[in-house]
Amino acid sequence: MTTPVLSLSGVSKRFGAVQALSEAELEVNPGEVVALVGDNGAGKSTLVKVIAGVNPADSGEIRWEGRPVAISKPHDATALGIATVYQDLSLCDNLDVVANLFLGNETIRFQVLDEIGMERHASELLHSLSVRIPSVRVPVAALSGGQRQSVAIARSLLGEPKVVMLDEPTAALGVAQTAQVLDLIERLRDRGLGVILISHNLADVKAVADRAVVLRLGRNAGDFRIGEATQEEIVQAITGASDNAVSRRRARTADAVSLTEVDK
Amino acid sequence: MSTVKSDVNGPVLASTAGAAGGVAEPPGPGGGLAAARRRLRSGELGSWPVVIGLVVIWVVFQSLNQNFLTPQNLYNLAVQIAATGAISVGVVMVLLLGEIDLSVASVSGLAGAILAALTVRNGVPDALGIVTVVLICALIGTMHGLIVTKVGVPSFVVGLAGLIGWQGLQLYVLGAQGTINFSYEGLVAQLTHTNLTPAGGWALGAAAVGCYVAATLYDQRRRRAAGLPLRSTRRLGLRAAVLAAGVAGTVLVLNAWRGVPLALLILVVLVVGFDLVLRRTRYGRSIFAIGGNVEASRRAGLNVDLVRISVFALASSMAAIGGILAASRGYSVGQQSGGSDVLLLAIAAAVIGGTSLFGGRGSTYAALLGGLVIGSITSGILLLQLGSPARFMITAGVLLAAVILDSLSRRGRRAHGRE
Repeated sequence: MTTPVLSLSGVSKRFGAVQALSEAELEVNPGEVVALVGDNGAGKSTLVKVIAGVNPADSGEIRWEGRPVAISKPHDATALGIATVYQDLSLCDNLDVVANLFLGNETIRFQVLDEIGMERHASELLHSLSVRIPSVRVPVAALSGGQRQSVAIARSLLGEPKVVMLDEPTAALGVAQTAQVLDLIERLRDRGLGVILISHNLADVKAVADRAVVLRLGRNAGDFRIGEATQEEIVQAITGASDNAVSRRRARTADAVSLTEVDK
Repeated sequence: MSTVKSDVNGPVLASTAGAAGGVAEPPGPGGGLAAARRRLRSGELGSWPVVIGLVVIWVVFQSLNQNFLTPQNLYNLAVQIAATGAISVGVVMVLLLGEIDLSVASVSGLAGAILAALTVRNGVPDALGIVTVVLICALIGTMHGLIVTKVGVPSFVVGLAGLIGWQGLQLYVLGAQGTINFSYEGLVAQLTHTNLTPAGGWALGAAAVGCYVAATLYDQRRRRAAGLPLRSTRRLGLRAAVLAAGVAGTVLVLNAWRGVPLALLILVVLVVGFDLVLRRTRYGRSIFAIGGNVEASRRAGLNVDLVRISVFALASSMAAIGGILAASRGYSVGQQSGGSDVLLLAIAAAVIGGTSLFGGRGSTYAALLGGLVIGSITSGILLLQLGSPARFMITAGVLLAAVILDSLSRRGRRAHGRE
């Protein structure tokens, strides 16, 4: 059993009267895609912010490659090797792909931007991830949603992270573009990175994740190996009851189907 | 920095730039045409509309009055656009951030007044006076920037307050007398009344073209070494040829009258210098990024406030340089300096030249090109003796056309970006 690259235990966070996280746990191994699922307000975003250092936890332990660490600001997380790609794309539409990839981190040669070095590095990076875009010199505004998300993910890899957190990477994407991004997530896994995938979409989770960690009301409500769990089990863990709106709806449609069959 | 001399070549360099300071041409023959079509469809027009507009204006005025395209008139045009052009360079930088600075004209008038008070009334040496005035105006701009970033007042309002306030200070500095005259022989007056010798003009022009060609070849060699797609040799050659022809034509025409004026040289150095800063440095890249998406820039770790404050400081400094050039041209500073239509023309020049009002798109060549367009209209109307009514209405029409084009191309980009 390998040491998890990142493990959290007993993490709690309170915002005023709201207990956003209580005793939450999460473990990510190298080369593993862990889906973090849960309903709205379950504490997914809070946990992400704890890991990213945006909102540090009130209590709890974070271990990085086995040793305890403190993450109190975004820089701490980046320095450890945790990269975060946020849901709302953080790209500048008017800049080209190279400029966006290196924004705030440009390479300099004689006090001048090393455009050629950056362009080569960008091409190599995108090629290694099999991200297909018309040219690295087109403005990001001219790319499709999936291509833009791919560029945003590629950008997070420039700092050579070991863990990448993706916050709803496929929200607002079409079917083909979602597939592009899911392919990219698999390539991150193949590179040996630990991936934390925050998603509402259980189809995506089933397609790409190795494990699904369910949060409910700020607590851990289940940890499933994707190959072994059914979607019903995960939905049950998310909603907290076997008798829930989703299962009732399913039962109702099943009834409807059998009724129509009787009619015939 | 190399001294680069150019006039008509502006569009050539500017079109290399693109909005982001990168070169977006796919390699191979025929790639150029496809790229041009793609840029047209997606609203990346670059400087072409304004170049075409300028040619149309010149042809129309020349056909109405044979004296329009004479060396004398073009020389006067070159000297005339220097002051407003310098102010416009600062306006372009502020517009790139997606902000606006309405105080530039008042600051330019104030700069002239302080310079006159220092040098003429108090005997401060001209050179020291010029440096002092530019620094004072940089402080004024810093103050604008601090109010915009740290207090959160919209730049429009800060500029409006500056527009009124600094004009008031200008009147106070000038005092009851109202007008201060510079000596005809002083450094200040010489700024716009000095010309290069014919040989000097040619040498500088050749040096500029030489620098451009050398930089292009060096870039191409590094691209080859790095295994990146090369830019089409034919295109690069054509571009260098157009640049050389433009520079040669300008020098030839200006030498036919009094030679290349120092004022034009100052403007061109400012335009080219700041264009290089914008496209080739991290600082310039951060200005484009903030104009494109503030939140993304902040997340990328850019010091957004510092960049904004510095750009406001730059805009006021450029306004000071413009004010000094204007004072130099008229040998005097008066209560009307920096007043009337200076502000509107400086902003109009930037926008007509192709700088987007929405931030993140444009280049300092807009100041030169837009200034040429406005200067040409003014000069043509003057030759036709039509007076201010026609001048204002025609300038307004051109400005409106430029803004409409900007809005349409923005819409085109949107439609294209979300396809």
